[in-house]
Amino acid sequence: MTSAVSIRNVVKSYTRGKQNVEVLHALNLDVPEGEFLALMGPSGSGKTTLLNLIGGLDQPTSGEITVAGERVDQLSSSALSKWRARHVGFVFQFYNLMPMLTAEKNVELPLLLTSLSGAERKQRVAAALEIVGLSDRAKHKPSELSGGQQQRVAIARALVSDPTILVCDEPTGDLDRATAEEVLGLLQTLNRTQKKTIVMVTHDPKAADHASRTLHMDKGQLVSETVKS
Amino acid sequence: MKYFPLVWAGLWRKRTRTIFTLLSILVAFLLFGMLQGVNSAFSSAMENSNVNRMYVESRVSMIEPLPISYMQRILSVPGVTGTSFGVWFGGYHEEPRNFILSFPVDAETYFDLFPEYLLPKDQLAALKQTRNGAVIGVALARKFNWKIGDTVVVPTTIWTKKDGTQDWSFQVVGIYDHAEDTSKANSFFFNFEYFDEMRAFSLGTTSWFVVRVADPTKTAQVGEAIDALFLNSPDETRTQNEKEYAQAYFKQFGDINLIINGIVGAVFFTLLFLTGNTMMQSVRERIPELAVLKTLGFTNVGVVALVIAEAALLCLVSGGLGLGLAAALFPAIKDISTVTAMPLDVVGTGAIAALALAVVASLPPALNAGRLKIVDALARR
Repeated sequence: MTSAVSIRNVVKSYTRGKQNVEVLHALNLDVPEGEFLALMGPSGSGKTTLLNLIGGLDQPTSGEITVAGERVDQLSSSALSKWRARHVGFVFQFYNLMPMLTAEKNVELPLLLTSLSGAERKQRVAAALEIVGLSDRAKHKPSELSGGQQQRVAIARALVSDPTILVCDEPTGDLDRATAEEVLGLLQTLNRTQKKTIVMVTHDPKAADHASRTLHMDKGQLVSETVKS
Repeated sequence: MKYFPLVWAGLWRKRTRTIFTLLSILVAFLLFGMLQGVNSAFSSAMENSNVNRMYVESRVSMIEPLPISYMQRILSVPGVTGTSFGVWFGGYHEEPRNFILSFPVDAETYFDLFPEYLLPKDQLAALKQTRNGAVIGVALARKFNWKIGDTVVVPTTIWTKKDGTQDWSFQVVGIYDHAEDTSKANSFFFNFEYFDEMRAFSLGTTSWFVVRVADPTKTAQVGEAIDALFLNSPDETRTQNEKEYAQAYFKQFGDINLIINGIVGAVFFTLLFLTGNTMMQSVRERIPELAVLKTLGFTNVGVVALVIAEAALLCLVSGGLGLGLAAALFPAIKDISTVTAMPLDVVGTGAIAALALAVVASLPPALNAGRLKIVDALARR
């Protein structure tokens, strides 16, 4: 099976004051296409840093990162922006929706960067909201939606441009158990029916249970792996 | 256009602040429209001056009278093809704030020198035949609802009659139009003979002579020749072409251009900081949102453009409303500006000023937004 994500000897370090802090140490990872991967680990273990590198939000200090067939570590800032728009859908812990825009306008945001016509964008937005079960809330602003509904709008926004990979950072971290289950069920469905590759960072073992494979990180390294039978 | 909802939504994120900023810009552009309008009207009055006409007035002062007898001597100067004269009457309708541009003129010659005043021949004849006859502009007739045949009383604070009163009675015998702009047909002309017979002082004198020259390139020589005629006399003259004369008239009120530009400059300088501060706050509050846009694929340049577009929309909408209001209010100051409509070039200059204001005020926060590091901004570091 081809890899959606291939990481080779990736090192990521930050400068904090006068100190150089290495967050990821010569890390290697392959995520096959269509996999639902959970990244777990204590705070500061480097899982969000790794997720940011996979999503093209940050660049490694050294090493190679290939996502959706592209060496993202070699892309310029502008090229990386365009690559993200085409290949990556993001879901955040705190939804990060635009408060002044309605659900449908939030979902439409990634499509503004495409050459689709207004009618085509509308059609794609309606389909994405349909998938997450929020067609009837299209005209509502985030403040008029529950946390679970906001996260489903965020998932619709991540899906609408049909990205190669979905990158989710603690997608259920701000939700109650029942709502979290709904959101995780939705991600699982997307993975199974639409064969979306999903990489999800979570602290919650129950959330990780929905993934097909779980990698545990500690101190910037992958330390163990759990594969769901 | 597809980005419009995003730009518009960003603008209204803090409704109250946006409304206050909008009102500030609106008031500034209202002021800009009115003042620049006056400035532009004055400039246009000077630009549209007739190059064939010159004015002769006292060298001492505009208000110092000159003897009527000068007229024939002026006419004898080579290059002069016609002359007439007029007096500043300073009349008003009912109360002094209803000021009327009113002049006793030599009916025989005056309209011949002003071909832009369109007066039917029979009405000009009626003026010459009617002792207290008056010819009024279309705009003035509309303003006070006067028509031919009406008897009107025009008081003045300058000219007392021999009977000691200052109320002058006239019969409207003609209504003239202006060849280019009806709003400029706003004067009140009447017979000098009637005026000179009735006034209590300064008999046989006039405020100025208007002179037509055959060759507009020779005005300097003709002017010198006219002034040379009266050199070392009790009433020395100063002859200027129409443009210089208009400039001298407006300079009575001070250097209007400098004053207006000073006020407008100060207002815009203040506005620059106000708008800049608003945009700075707005961007600071939305750092995570801007980071999300970048996450979704908006480039650095794209984010910079969004912030500038927001400021441009704010400045153009509020500037447009301000200029619109200025245009609506402009007829109210036509006694000062001398025109009833705000000149169109003010709208163009205003639009450029609004855009420049938007770009200058929003550029620093926009560049900051463009430089945002997504990871830091999302983590609110």
